[in-house]
Amino acid sequence: MKKVQFKSKYTQYIFLAPTLIIISIFLYLPIVQTFRDAFTTQDAFGFGRFFAGWDNFKFVLSDPSYLVALKFTFIYIFVITVISCSLGLLLAVQANKVIHGKSAYKTLLIWPYAIAPAVVGVTAQYFFSERFGILYALFNSLWGFDWTANIFDAYIYLFIAGSWKQISANFIFFLAGLQTIQKSVIEASLIDCRSSLRRFWTITFPLLMPTTFFLVIINITYGFFDTFGIIDTTTIGAPSGETKTLVYKAYIDGFRGLDLGAAGAQSIIMMLLVLTITIIQFRYIERRIHYN
Amino acid sequence: MSFINLKNVVKVYPDGTQAIFNSSLSIEKGELVVFVGPSGCGKSTLLRMIAGLEDVTEGEIDLDGNRINEIDPSERDIAMVFQNYALYPHMSVYNNIAYGLRSRGIKKLEIEAQVTNVSELLQIGDLLSKKPGQLSGGQRQRVAMGRAIARDPKVFLFDEPLSNLDAKLRVQVRLEIKKLQRKMGTTSIFVTHDQTEAMTLGDRLVVMNKGVMEQVGTPMEIYYHPKTKFVAEFIGTPSMNFITGSIKDKTFKASSFAVPARYEDKDDVILGVRPEDISITKATTGVKCKVELIEKLGSSTVIYCVDMKENQLCVSTQSRASVEVGDTIHISTNNKALHFFDRETSKALTK
Repeated sequence: MKKVQFKSKYTQYIFLAPTLIIISIFLYLPIVQTFRDAFTTQDAFGFGRFFAGWDNFKFVLSDPSYLVALKFTFIYIFVITVISCSLGLLLAVQANKVIHGKSAYKTLLIWPYAIAPAVVGVTAQYFFSERFGILYALFNSLWGFDWTANIFDAYIYLFIAGSWKQISANFIFFLAGLQTIQKSVIEASLIDCRSSLRRFWTITFPLLMPTTFFLVIINITYGFFDTFGIIDTTTIGAPSGETKTLVYKAYIDGFRGLDLGAAGAQSIIMMLLVLTITIIQFRYIERRIHYN
Repeated sequence: MSFINLKNVVKVYPDGTQAIFNSSLSIEKGELVVFVGPSGCGKSTLLRMIAGLEDVTEGEIDLDGNRINEIDPSERDIAMVFQNYALYPHMSVYNNIAYGLRSRGIKKLEIEAQVTNVSELLQIGDLLSKKPGQLSGGQRQRVAMGRAIARDPKVFLFDEPLSNLDAKLRVQVRLEIKKLQRKMGTTSIFVTHDQTEAMTLGDRLVVMNKGVMEQVGTPMEIYYHPKTKFVAEFIGTPSMNFITGSIKDKTFKASSFAVPARYEDKDDVILGVRPEDISITKATTGVKCKVELIEKLGSSTVIYCVDMKENQLCVSTQSRASVEVGDTIHISTNNKALHFFDRETSKALTK
């Protein structure tokens, strides 16, 4: 690296300024505000603010609907991570075998990734609308599917909507991961082992672990935060709040319920959750991964 | 019936490029055959076809009396050592060697015994718990050999296994492979672009060029009786000298000299002389040349010179000739070691 010396010691700050300003306004300031909200209570009209200690946290943690959202968030993250990773991997393995028209497959499979979560939700609406949704009609004829009334059906709606977009992202990363595996290693395994399934689990999959680990983290983050747009355009928590994720609930409580204290406390609890999960992943799971 | 038989084997890739033209070859049990040729000559493709990693477009490959064209690579009872070793990077050395045995359902105790055997043979016993990433190039090479040997296959296939090693190690490992192959008596095919490797290792060589087997024979046959100009040029360092001329009245005439040639009269003939078959004469009877460049290798001296008609010649001499650049020397050839090729077909002339 070449070191550059500036004549004035302030020049460097000019270069740093754009990033710093943006980060400060949109990241640091909100964090400070969140902490302020979490430890204070406000009257409904916003005229007064009182220090509340841990009251907001106590309230949130004793609220049954918060536990419902917590449970749903974890189920939701788990299911869409499993669905989208396994389907993404399956598609990547298949696309990697294709010789003709490889780029066409790639392009078509990557498209959904470019769609914003809210648009994914709107698209999913077309499939699950009571009046004209194809999947609604299909599932309804099979077992009387109705996501507005049945929790399990609402789950299915969100699982499909949430996984769909993520399959693309996982697909492209897995495909890239597959292509970093040395061709001769795969060939050596062809000579060593007859069963292609066994080859996959003993050679290909372990060598894809770095990619998988990365994608699991990406998917968990996605499940926590990016699904907000999907829920807001699909079930909006239907049937009655069972399909709210933590982020969505914090938003509803804060901006619809105007309880900024509870919303702030929820945000901080969630931050601690994500932090814990990430630490566990890096401490205990990453160690077992072989990097080339 | 030979152990391995290639019958009119052809390889055409889906994009239409033809890698192998009608090639037939028989390999006897216990033989070490070397496929040698420049890069892109099809030698690796042919090996990979025997391994089952490439389809056979036309023709048939037999192993031990059975057609193996359609048989899965894992069922062919062959083992391959790859150029980059292709060790499984996430597995320990032990597991690398044991993997092929495990997936064949061999019992744990047997696997253990076999891996111990192999690791003693190759002196890699103390590496068994390490991962390939922690090994040096030479050690990886041994592990790759170990993986191949452990299964005790019918055939070993080597795909340029020495080209990633440094020069000194390469010579050492080359000797080890040769010894090991002798000891185990396993039929082996070795692919290389290095002619020294080919000459030293092979019981027989297959010299390949542009997807065609130019010549099959023992190293000495190929060295002393090259059937084509390509083989003559490819085998031997420094490369053979070529001078164009014509044969008339049992004499080959080039622009600056003439040598006896017991062939029928023919225009457009190429004379080939190996640098080591040319010697410097004290008398002034030989061809007069001017020295342009000298390479002193210690055991021999290579002299590059031009004759009076600007023919480039290379002379290799064992004697410590006191020749300097710019000197004029006289050279003569060993007339028993001359090779004549048809300029059109590049094939050696027949009497």
